[in-house]
Amino acid sequence: MDNKTPAVRMRNITKTFGPVVANDKVWLDIYRGEILALLGENGSGKTTLMNMLSGIYFPDEGEISIDGKEVVIRSPKDAFDLGIGMIHQHFKLVDVLSAAENVVLGLHEPGRLDLEKVAERIRGICDAYGFEVDPHQKIYDMSVSQKQTVEIIKVLYRGADILILDEPTAVLTPQETDKLFAVLRNMRNDGKAIVIITHKLHEVEELSDRVAILRHGQFIGDMPTKKTNAQEMTNMMVGHAVSLNIDRPEPVDPKPRIEVKNLTVRSIDGVLKLDDVSFTANSGEILGIAGISGCGQKELLEAIAGLQPTESGSICYIEDNGEKEELIGKDPLAIADMGVSLSFVPEDRLGMGLVGNMDLADNMMLRSFRRGKGFFTDRKSPRKLAQDVVHDLEVATPSISTPVRRLSGGNVQKVLVGREIASAPTVLLTAYAVRGLDINSSYTIYDLINRQKKAGVAVIYVGEDLDVLLELADRILVLCGGKVSGIVEGRGAKKRDVGMMMTRLGGNKADE
Amino acid sequence: MNKQIKGPLVHIVKRGNMPWYGAWGIRALAIVLALVACALVTTVTTGENPIQVYAAMIDGAFGTARKTWITFQNMSVLLCISLAVTPAFRMRFWNIGAEGQTLAGCLATAACMILLADKVPGWFMICTMILASIAAGAVWGLIPAIFKAKWNTNETLFTLMMNYVATQLVAYFVILWEVPKGAGKIGIINQSSELGWLPQLFGSKYLLSIVVVAIVTVLMYLYLNYTKHGYEIAVVGESERTARYVGIKVEKVIIRTMALSGAVCGLAGLLLVGGINHTVTTSIVGGRGFTAVMVSWLAKFDPIIMIFTSLLLVFLERGASEISTDFGLNQSFSDIITGIILFFIIGCEFFINYKISFRKAAGKED
Amino acid sequence: MFDLVSFIPRAVMQGIPLLLGCTGETLTEKSGNLNLGLPGVMYVGGISGVIGSFLYEQSLTSPEAINGFLAVSIPLACCLLGSLLMGLLYCFLTVTLRANQNVTGLAMTTFGVGFGNFFGGSLIKLTDSEVPSIALSATSAYFSRSLPFADSLGWFGQIFLCYGFLAYVAIVIAFICAYVLKRTRVGLQLRAVGENPNTADAAGINVNRYKYVATCVGCMIAGLGGLYYVMDYACGVWSNDAFGDRGWLALALVIFTIWKPNVAVFASILFGGLYILYLFIPTGMNLAVKELYKMLPYVVTIIVLVISSMRNKRENQPPASLGLAYFREER
Repeated sequence: MDNKTPAVRMRNITKTFGPVVANDKVWLDIYRGEILALLGENGSGKTTLMNMLSGIYFPDEGEISIDGKEVVIRSPKDAFDLGIGMIHQHFKLVDVLSAAENVVLGLHEPGRLDLEKVAERIRGICDAYGFEVDPHQKIYDMSVSQKQTVEIIKVLYRGADILILDEPTAVLTPQETDKLFAVLRNMRNDGKAIVIITHKLHEVEELSDRVAILRHGQFIGDMPTKKTNAQEMTNMMVGHAVSLNIDRPEPVDPKPRIEVKNLTVRSIDGVLKLDDVSFTANSGEILGIAGISGCGQKELLEAIAGLQPTESGSICYIEDNGEKEELIGKDPLAIADMGVSLSFVPEDRLGMGLVGNMDLADNMMLRSFRRGKGFFTDRKSPRKLAQDVVHDLEVATPSISTPVRRLSGGNVQKVLVGREIASAPTVLLTAYAVRGLDINSSYTIYDLINRQKKAGVAVIYVGEDLDVLLELADRILVLCGGKVSGIVEGRGAKKRDVGMMMTRLGGNKADE
Repeated sequence: MNKQIKGPLVHIVKRGNMPWYGAWGIRALAIVLALVACALVTTVTTGENPIQVYAAMIDGAFGTARKTWITFQNMSVLLCISLAVTPAFRMRFWNIGAEGQTLAGCLATAACMILLADKVPGWFMICTMILASIAAGAVWGLIPAIFKAKWNTNETLFTLMMNYVATQLVAYFVILWEVPKGAGKIGIINQSSELGWLPQLFGSKYLLSIVVVAIVTVLMYLYLNYTKHGYEIAVVGESERTARYVGIKVEKVIIRTMALSGAVCGLAGLLLVGGINHTVTTSIVGGRGFTAVMVSWLAKFDPIIMIFTSLLLVFLERGASEISTDFGLNQSFSDIITGIILFFIIGCEFFINYKISFRKAAGKED
Repeated sequence: MFDLVSFIPRAVMQGIPLLLGCTGETLTEKSGNLNLGLPGVMYVGGISGVIGSFLYEQSLTSPEAINGFLAVSIPLACCLLGSLLMGLLYCFLTVTLRANQNVTGLAMTTFGVGFGNFFGGSLIKLTDSEVPSIALSATSAYFSRSLPFADSLGWFGQIFLCYGFLAYVAIVIAFICAYVLKRTRVGLQLRAVGENPNTADAAGINVNRYKYVATCVGCMIAGLGGLYYVMDYACGVWSNDAFGDRGWLALALVIFTIWKPNVAVFASILFGGLYILYLFIPTGMNLAVKELYKMLPYVVTIIVLVISSMRNKRENQPPASLGLAYFREER
């Protein structure tokens, strides 16, 4: 393999966004007939690097060669012409068009547009690799995995032989993932070069032939998958051997705080998101929620926070004296009016938890602006709170009048968590609290959550990293396809068991 | 050495932040350039020395005490309507129906003046006028807001259509109430009795609307920046999801804000009919509803800066109409001048928000 | 008795400027640009044609020396050029400089209407001509010349054949646009640009070029609406503000036809009919009610807008990125 010319050779690629260096002098080779896993933590610059290959971004420095010839990729069109196709994490499809129309978008085939002919060719591609898709179906009628299929077909239709997939499995059920992997192997055997961007080690081990690792925008190294192991890859990803060693104090006097019974939730389109979910969250305890993403975690938290209409079931808040109060049917304001202090750190920090264009002080006000009787807002205490949060949580910001969207991910999260715990909550809901944060910031957040737990708060922690969940949570609830797959004690739980529970139930439900 | 990479020639990146003096410097430069462009256009069409032309413009706007008063009076009405649309814009609700909302206020005022004449005492009539005009404007703003809140109906197009419904409604009543029959216009209402005419302040017929609008400006500034409502508007405008997350009822805020927006437009209608023109026609608002959008936008939705942007636009209009009289040109010359200046100011925002870097002309290539 | 035979031709003649405006704006909006400058564009289109034709007629030694081909092509070329420049201006500001579309559009309307009225009012003085008013009857005669056998075919001729050539051109353009949008590669890509420019960009479509071309072509078509109005409907007489709010009505028509130019052919005639219905409905001496009838097109549009938003059918919604500027590296 060593004497082959790489299909893609990237050298010294550097890309900056303002002060952030997303890629710093990265080297990367991609070969045909091989699946390369591009591995790295969130924010390590994997997607940025591949976006430069697919023409979305233009590198500040560095050079790219395809089959030994130096090229300039100015636009996605240039990339297509070079046979590079990328399947983005956020699908690039036009909702109101059909699959066939999306596939031919941007192509300059000779002759007039004949959608029947296109459909015919799509069916041909489907047969060759084992996809199933109706070329005339509108995208807005499709499931996530169907949309992904359309994306892949789109790239193949253009005759791409260098395929890049950005976290393709994040939204798939295990069955769909297996199917996808089978297809990818078919393509590799067909002589195509395939890159999958991921941060899941088991996928790397299962699928790839070679693995390349990025850390903080820098290229750390690459090697054949067979010659490495999970421990080594983890070390390269995070920079030093990690034993996570997150504190896990014993819960003090846990009492039931939130009781969820037979909760069922449907999305607006009628898709079942939560199916008969029941559990209890205790005070002074961290209840971890595990599951592959899109299994109802978001809906569960939003239902408790009063943001998600529910179909049936009940969510009760239990006071210290054992009195129960129903939360369903109440919006966040009504819940607060009941005297329930419920804090929620949502997944989408700048789209939901904070207002990106407002400064720190104004963002602190989001929770408290209604306080006081008058018509006017109190500006002093939010400023004070902002100063305290900046000081206590060591938020790196020029001043408290800086719009939060200018802060880095970790600092944004500190501001959000800082505000949410400032109201002395009795319940704290967090979704992907450390997503996109560096290791140090992550530990700050774990520490904050633990302090809340010690203060007797019932914490519900939705996480994606099983290792963290296993070390942080007192109990772990595993969701699978909207159902509770099981609840296990955090202490002594085996990663493999939890991983199995995440996928087991999906077997029956996924194909609906 | 390797060859230099040939990147795109011009590369555009979003600017992080520009200090306020930089931003206003660019805007000032844009206005200067616009004035030069206008001077060129004027010279080409009139053959006059541009400096004289600008002198004529200043003379037209501020040449005599009366001209100055009229300029400020016009400005007050424009500013009032601009203030009205601002809360909606801060909420990202594109209310371009201020024309219709003001017209509704005008119509309600005129209706009170005509229908209640000689039936109620003057003070009572004025109270009714105030209430009716504000209510009419509010209703006109509420209708699109309710549909936006419930069904997310496109507000830009809805409010636009409402303008013409209002215009035709006025046309209907103008014929219904025309004086004398068959004239096709109402004429000055209650000319002899001056019933329902808003009082003059300190003996000046110009001062009232200026004072009222000055008060409205301060109130609007406080409302938007220091009240709970103002804060809610800002949050809804920035992100509806965040608003829901903190328990703000988005529908309620949309409806409430548009009612306010319409109500202030109605107030402008009251000033126009009750205080200034004492009549109503289909063209009484004269496109101010649209100009107000630009006033508000140019001022970045800040009520205080709007004082200056509205003055600028009124100055252009009055000044250019002076030029047209002086040189025997058509009145519409002012619209052309206004348009050109607006294009420059609109265009210059780009240079505030984005940075252009050209491909480095590397020596290696030559 | 309602006189259909004389009603329909008048409705059609009212409808043609709306149809051209609507077709042009539909094309523009399909690219994601909401051009509120449409009324201004139509004014500029109209006055540019008038200026061209006026200068041509003035240069003639005698009215008889007029050349039919030049009499048509000069105003046509001027009109297209004028509206193209407006389109370029709009695109430069909103696409290249990413300015707010609403504000730019309104400024263009101010400018365009002012431009039309200014030259309409001052053309005679500016050119030192010795005519009392702008009446381009010679040119207009060429524009409004109907088919030769129209009169001999009775009511059929009156309803279908009595229009000037621009009316037929308008209908053909509308059908061509409908075909292009629905059936061709270019149309597909244009729709994609308006729906989701990010996706279109990633698919290798030059988003800015599509926006430029669609908007400029759209403005040129809309400008023809202004030209038709002056040269055919108004018999070559320019009077200030006579074009009125037809530009806004054309914008309403775009919504009414849910962005389909082929529907616009019929809808524009319906709108034209609603616009002049008051002339045909016997209201006796009550002139005021006639004004209420003129409200109909707007009310109907509002109802369509509301119903389509309530039914929320994906195909009938405005292009998803309508009114938004596109910047590839937005993060």
